[in-house]
Amino acid sequence: MKLAPLLPCIALLPGLAAAQGITPASGGSRLLATGGGTAFEGAAGGGLVPWAVLSGYGDRGEASATAFGSVVRVDDYALDVIGASVSIDNRVELSVAKQRLDIDSVAPGETLEQSVIGMKLRLGGELVYDTGPQWALGVQLKSTDTFDVPQAVGAAADEGVDVYLSASKLWLHGLFGRSTFLNGTVRATRANQTGLLGFGTTGDTRYRAVGEVSAGVFLNRRWVVGAEYRQKPDRLAAFREDDWRDVFVGWFPNKHVSVIAAFADLGSIAGQDEQRGAYLSVELAR
Amino acid sequence: MKCLSTIVSLCAALFAGGCAIAPGPSPDLGAARAAAPAPADDRLFRALGGHAGIEALSESFVRELAADEITRAFFARTDITRFHRLIQEQLCAESGGGCTYTGESMRVAHAGLGIERRDMNAVVEALMRAMDEQELPIATQNAVLALHAPKRRDVLGE
Repeated sequence: MKLAPLLPCIALLPGLAAAQGITPASGGSRLLATGGGTAFEGAAGGGLVPWAVLSGYGDRGEASATAFGSVVRVDDYALDVIGASVSIDNRVELSVAKQRLDIDSVAPGETLEQSVIGMKLRLGGELVYDTGPQWALGVQLKSTDTFDVPQAVGAAADEGVDVYLSASKLWLHGLFGRSTFLNGTVRATRANQTGLLGFGTTGDTRYRAVGEVSAGVFLNRRWVVGAEYRQKPDRLAAFREDDWRDVFVGWFPNKHVSVIAAFADLGSIAGQDEQRGAYLSVELAR
Repeated sequence: MKCLSTIVSLCAALFAGGCAIAPGPSPDLGAARAAAPAPADDRLFRALGGHAGIEALSESFVRELAADEITRAFFARTDITRFHRLIQEQLCAESGGGCTYTGESMRVAHAGLGIERRDMNAVVEALMRAMDEQELPIATQNAVLALHAPKRRDVLGE
């Protein structure tokens, strides 16, 4: 299954929404920052972790669309991501992301590319107003477009499906009177380095459960500081794989722009240890 | 928007005087102040600037509600004087200022208005702008929002 033919379907979604009588509001009515940013796999979230919030600011009866670009620059690698999403009725989010990892420093002239099609369903709860968290169930259909290198290092498959359950909660009057955000995600995955190095190994294609956490404190309505941790499986014999973490600053100047800047520690990637560096993501929403 | 204004007009016709808030007893605020004992924790009341601060905030809030395209429709036939007084009573009572709120419950006051999530979101944003205008510190603003957040289901009639 190649995912590329599915990409045009995403473009049809706004038309579908319009046919259902859902009109894109100017930015949507949900409160500022409640759409989060876009995580590097295309889902609304932080930098590394998908959250239970849906992209954009559409509430019930509204639709929203986002586009994003992210760059990650660590010691030996450069990751560039572009993507887009559509959210309808504050119920379902569909996203697409294209990742390109430059591995020239370890394999001259090589890049690793992956496409991710994401679907997220808000199961219930409301991030801001409810006592309990907002829940969402997501799937990410991942397809490695450059399988030569992953195959050479022992990956079994060039595509895989991640399934995750996220719970997000914002306490309006949280730490030090500041709005405080917490997200927990549990993911079932077979991916090596989130899929950039393929899925499973020749002897082991079972799913692993991993945990991911994001926490943040809003200094005011527009600025948030926080941190994330993403557990990862580690089963390629050739290379060690580490959990990922970052500390981030988020800026929400208005409902049409969000910026997340982070310092990320991605550990060991394809034999190169201590991959640390800058992460910058810009999302446009309407 | 046409749907909203129809609902508002219907509602206004039925109650002939108040839509968002149906007519009810209206003792003056001074009597309410005197009647209730001051609670132990009045930190938020003081952070809001006491009665004067709450009055100014309520004025800003009403002005913002009137200026916003979405919220304006809901208040077109509302007795604004009474609404303004009840907002002050509620803020004072819930922030520990010792007032008694004399209006209907949130569920009753908003019943039948056809308030959707986007309308509620617009009201919250109007309150945020009002608090910005009053230059309230962010922690005070968050405390006010946290007081009101649990009322959402009542306002939406869920």
